[in-house]
Amino acid sequence: MTDHSEIFTLTGSELSDGLASGQFSSEEVTKSYLSRIKEVDDKVHAFLSYDEEDMLDQAKSSDQRRASGKILGPLDGVPVCLKDVISAKGQPLTAASKILEKYRSPYDATVTIKLKKAGVVVGGRLNLDEFAMGSSTENSAYGPTCNPWDLGRVPGGSSGGSSAAVAAREAPLTLGSDTGGSIRQPASLCGVVGMKPTYGRVSRYGLAAFASSLDQIGPFSQTVEDTAQLLEIISGHDPLDSTSYPTPVPSFSNEIRQPFKPCKLGLPKEFFGTGMDDDVRKSIEQSIQWYRDKGYELVEISLPTTELSIPVYYVIATAEASSNLARYDGIRYTSRSEHAENAIDVYAKSRGEGFGEEVKRRCILGAYGLSSGYYDAYYLRAQKTRTLIRNDFDKAFEQVDAILTPTSPTPAFKFGEKSEDPISMYLSDIYTISTNLAGLPGISIPCGFTENGLPIGMQLIGQAFEEGKLLSIAHDYDRELQLGRSQPSL
Amino acid sequence: MDYEAVIGLEVHVQLNTKSKMFTRVSTGFGKSPNTLTNPVVLGLPGALPVMNRDAIEKSIKVGLLLSCKIAEVCKWDRKNYFYPDMPKNYQISQFDQPICEGGEVEIEMPGDSPSEIGSHRIVQLTRIHLEEDVGKLTHYESDSLVDYNRAGCPLLEIVSEPDLYSPEEVFAYLTSLRNSLVSAEISPCDMEKGQLRCDANISIRPVGTSTLGTKVELKNLNTISGVKNGVEYEIRRQTKALNEGETIIQETRRWNPDQKYTTPMRTKEMAHDYRYFPDPDLMPVKIDPEWVNRISKDLPEKPFDKQRRYMEEMNIPYTSTSALCGDRPLCEYFEKAASHCSAPSKVANWVVNDLLREVSHSEKDQQGVNLENCPVSPESLAELVNLIEDGVVSNNVAKEIFPEMYASRKSAKTLIAEKGLEMKSDGDEIETLCAQAISNDPDAADKFRGGKEGAINALKGSVMKATRGQANPKIVDETLRRLLLP
Amino acid sequence: MDIDYVANLARIELTPEERKKFQGQLGDVLVYFEKLQEVNVEGVTPTAHAFPRFNVWDEDEPTTGFTSDEALKNAPKSRNDQIVVPKVIEE
Ligand SMILES: [Mg+2]
Ligand SMILES: [Zn+2]
Repeated sequence: MTDHSEIFTLTGSELSDGLASGQFSSEEVTKSYLSRIKEVDDKVHAFLSYDEEDMLDQAKSSDQRRASGKILGPLDGVPVCLKDVISAKGQPLTAASKILEKYRSPYDATVTIKLKKAGVVVGGRLNLDEFAMGSSTENSAYGPTCNPWDLGRVPGGSSGGSSAAVAAREAPLTLGSDTGGSIRQPASLCGVVGMKPTYGRVSRYGLAAFASSLDQIGPFSQTVEDTAQLLEIISGHDPLDSTSYPTPVPSFSNEIRQPFKPCKLGLPKEFFGTGMDDDVRKSIEQSIQWYRDKGYELVEISLPTTELSIPVYYVIATAEASSNLARYDGIRYTSRSEHAENAIDVYAKSRGEGFGEEVKRRCILGAYGLSSGYYDAYYLRAQKTRTLIRNDFDKAFEQVDAILTPTSPTPAFKFGEKSEDPISMYLSDIYTISTNLAGLPGISIPCGFTENGLPIGMQLIGQAFEEGKLLSIAHDYDRELQLGRSQPSL
Repeated sequence: MDYEAVIGLEVHVQLNTKSKMFTRVSTGFGKSPNTLTNPVVLGLPGALPVMNRDAIEKSIKVGLLLSCKIAEVCKWDRKNYFYPDMPKNYQISQFDQPICEGGEVEIEMPGDSPSEIGSHRIVQLTRIHLEEDVGKLTHYESDSLVDYNRAGCPLLEIVSEPDLYSPEEVFAYLTSLRNSLVSAEISPCDMEKGQLRCDANISIRPVGTSTLGTKVELKNLNTISGVKNGVEYEIRRQTKALNEGETIIQETRRWNPDQKYTTPMRTKEMAHDYRYFPDPDLMPVKIDPEWVNRISKDLPEKPFDKQRRYMEEMNIPYTSTSALCGDRPLCEYFEKAASHCSAPSKVANWVVNDLLREVSHSEKDQQGVNLENCPVSPESLAELVNLIEDGVVSNNVAKEIFPEMYASRKSAKTLIAEKGLEMKSDGDEIETLCAQAISNDPDAADKFRGGKEGAINALKGSVMKATRGQANPKIVDETLRRLLLP
Repeated sequence: MDIDYVANLARIELTPEERKKFQGQLGDVLVYFEKLQEVNVEGVTPTAHAFPRFNVWDEDEPTTGFTSDEALKNAPKSRNDQIVVPKVIEE
């Protein structure tokens, strides 16, 4: 490539190739993204902060490594930006909350260390729904992110900054976190690839917790190929996370390059009922047909507990969140209310002033579900129902290799459309939530556009720790259709 | 009406692990503030706990020592409440599946005199669970300061049944528990350093009845005397209230050690709603019987069992055993010395009197004498006692040279030789001195001949004086008797 | 839902508007949650972890942590290497 002004449109693997062949340096790549951010982020608002000097320093180090033939891996010199809940030493971590406005992380998350060890240029901090609570990125204390395909619409959430940054070509690769669909749903709404790995595949150490038993960090990119590459880098057992799973990490990027035999995909009938947008339905049906034409066997399956997944999720996630977020109290590192006169005030006022509405709503709901006299009816009952949901998936996977569903019942919706009605907002995660409850890996791949040109995503759900197979099925489709490469005009 | 008190204790003991309960940063006491912290201790966004295997092993050890049932599986729960000393505003603890259940603590009440054994009784335990400690708050005039060095240290909570009935029993219970834990090297249990802390649940009921009265939880009992005085005060307060027709309300009260009274902290209605739930960040613990067996194999002897063995098998007097048995290194020292000596009860006496006196002297100038580097080795003490037993040296001389042995690390034999302190057992010389003593004090001689046994002592005394205590008292006695009553 | 009780448990001060709004919204959410009460969960083991394991632990070998400067860098108020809080009495 000679036209350096278009570097920012490239995929991670194209950047990797270009760096390897000397077409451009990491410094040029990084500068290209920085100028793109300056050009479009006023409109998109994917970033909460970025440290230009630090990024360029990292890029120069990468170029020096490359000059001395000591690159650390295929993504050495490629920028990867982080959702603002993942710690990077010396950088802010606001979780899009006012309460963490002045906080700077004194340590690196395990994924950040892994990225640094891979030579990646660890880039800016991406917007989200405050503490990852939401499905639209409207709940950011620093203002919403806009969908690059239609600036009047939401990018999805909670990792809306991570999906929008890739869609707007402000970053080739980003990381988000997914508790109930927070990677897959925004990926779907922004027309990019986003993946939630199996629970335990990627360390949560350094990820500001929302719901500990559900949270996973995962990648965003234009292609499945890039997602495989990035997932490979961030995966692996971490002794600092007791819930990270000690199973070997295969080379996902190699695995998807192997010839892949069409297999059996399940279509859960409960996911194809009412509530699905017509354009979404049409796109998904076309994708199903594509797989059928390729020789895949598509069978109807049943996940009868699907409708329970939302109440189960909201009971468990809010309970865990109410406890996880107790540490943001105005005492040690979060902002303290200026109106606090005694210790109780420090808590109640710092939290009352520092948290946004949705965070307060969920912390209160969560505290209620655990409170004296309600624990058995709410939290314990939800945990038991969670077992039933997992059992459903276990049964399904006796029949099929992966499950195919829409990622979101609707394409990107307008700002304000759902923000005053928590339940309708909660329902936008109906297709993604059960995957988290079962701990399974799920990926969203762009599979079409609405008549108005809004992206539509298809979700594939795989078996636990079988990300290689899941990525191969996704890659089969994505390699040919490449819908994530279509670029919104900004 | 006469009332009796019913008391249950919750004792918190810091385990002496090198690193904290859920992260590998050092534990320690007296370090400068907030230097034993890391992301996990401070509860920073994203920090996660990983449990310390050693803390679990030590808890199992305590459970075995106190005859608890060790759980096959235990898990971690979050206890949610806001307090500035608690970084995450939840404490990782164990709610419904503690590491140990049941258990017992043998206690001894004071005997009629210090030299007499008191009555023994078993106090039942409810459970023992493991949790993390909180930081330390220091209060000033207008604000408070928080140091998180102690936060996250492993803390064992030992909960007794309401099975103690007087402040004296409470004291006996704490003493016994502390002896067991110290001797098992679980914790130094220094209350001054907060390594052992105690809350008491106290109720009273009419003597002869069996239902429990309304309980009051008493907090801030931070010294042994605080525990005793606080409990005593609270029993008096409740008794007075009932006698005056008041009712006791279920509440938490605080002991004010300076003013010596208890004041209300919160009532039952204000009680915390802790919202316990299983900690999703931690996996449960499975304790297989093999592990328990391995730990039980090197379990130390229980202090009271040891005391009984010393008394019954080694004929050691009660007074010596009670001084020995709370201190495991001292017992080890004693047993080693006794194994080289034919008179264990004399060795015991030397250890609890002379040795301890020297140790506590030297502790004043050189910190923390430990018996491993004791200047008088167990073998050396045994040698000294043997020299007395064999009549080589008198008891008095031995007492005199012991401090020198301690100061100089010289053996008894060396010092005796250097100073010419061997006991005089030369028959002829002693016979001459005895004859002299009789002729110098004919009165005493006559009295003795007249049947007054005690009169011989005056004669012995003058012989000993003439030899500066170095005459063998046994030979002097024999010789005097032979000369006086041929 | 006794919103004042729960808001106090969660230590979150609500404005009168929030209080009113939440009361309604959370009431609706709880009605929606009623679905859970109909599920037959008799004999079902609760899922606390997606992929449970036992004895995930570390050895007792200490590492060094933060200096007090690092520990207090983000603190809203500190003195003598400690965090300053308004005076608290034991609760
Ligand atoms: Mg307690
Ligand atoms: Zn406790």
